[in-house]
Amino acid sequence: MTDESALEAVPTPKSTRWGVILVWVLVFGLLAVVGLGLIRTQQGNIGVGARVPDFQLTTFDGASVNMADLRGQVVVVNFWASWCIPCEQEAAELEMAHQQLKDQGVVFLGVNYVDTEREALAYLDRFDITYANGPDLGTRISQAFRIRGVPETYIIGRDGRLAQVQIGPYLSLGQIVASVTSSMEE
Amino acid sequence: MHSPSKWFAIVGAALIGLTLMASAPSQPPPPSDDEVNAIAHQMYCPVCENVPLDVCPTEACAQWRATIREKLAEGWSESQIKDYFVEQYGARVLASPPARGLNWLVYILPPATFLAGAYILFRAFRSWGRPAEPQTPAESDSKVDPYVARLEEELRRRS
Repeated sequence: MTDESALEAVPTPKSTRWGVILVWVLVFGLLAVVGLGLIRTQQGNIGVGARVPDFQLTTFDGASVNMADLRGQVVVVNFWASWCIPCEQEAAELEMAHQQLKDQGVVFLGVNYVDTEREALAYLDRFDITYANGPDLGTRISQAFRIRGVPETYIIGRDGRLAQVQIGPYLSLGQIVASVTSSMEE
Repeated sequence: MHSPSKWFAIVGAALIGLTLMASAPSQPPPPSDDEVNAIAHQMYCPVCENVPLDVCPTEACAQWRATIREKLAEGWSESQIKDYFVEQYGARVLASPPARGLNWLVYILPPATFLAGAYILFRAFRSWGRPAEPQTPAESDSKVDPYVARLEEELRRRS
């Protein structure tokens, strides 16, 4: 008998074997959790052409807007915050675009990200924004869209799929209208 | 000269007035920065990750601290304020995640790993402390393994 075979023949106690299995299960479990977290972090924004998840926005007025009810219309979802300086660059233009397109089956929604209500309402008042706006309660909507910051704007086509994404502010009213119009034609 | 009953009335009115003044609800002092920061320290703003709310310099965090101050002034408790922030911004604002769902791993894994390590060390120390098992004499090996027996025989002949 060789030394190796002699070592193999030493019986391992059952408790030790189960302990080793438990340790490996814990290690792999931890790695799986960390891996899933990393994958989620690296995923980036929701992609163009992807089906947009249904969400419900409760506006500052207390009204409820459900994404599922807006199928068949082009929906412009703008994420913003009162503390976000770049958001101010496009605020007035978004309202102008809303006024220009609201009779053509285009719905504008403002999702107020990580903000305080008083400052958010003051911001809406300052820019005379009239389209539906509400807080992103529990950051559920921003997580569903996997936004990276504000402002970000998502244009959802009539089929409920994402048609266009704008990361950062729109530079002009013309750019907003052109983006929405092209999404209407798709 | 005033009558005694008039004096009684004046003194009585003054006493009642003083009593009312003393029992009138006084304005509570505004919450101090320390009180606000004690709660803010347990929260993180999602905008500036990894920076506790009490030291975060951004406008968003300043607004959040102002909200904490307002809520404290309104008489809200620490847990009520934290619940409000979780409802508004999600559980990730908390420095310590609530113990539910996968979050349990955060609370279970470290002590479980520590206990497993302690058990392994205990076993290792116990086995080191035991007297070594008597070595099997080489002779018995030679009995078992003919190759070893031949080798030893050869060595004996040459020596």
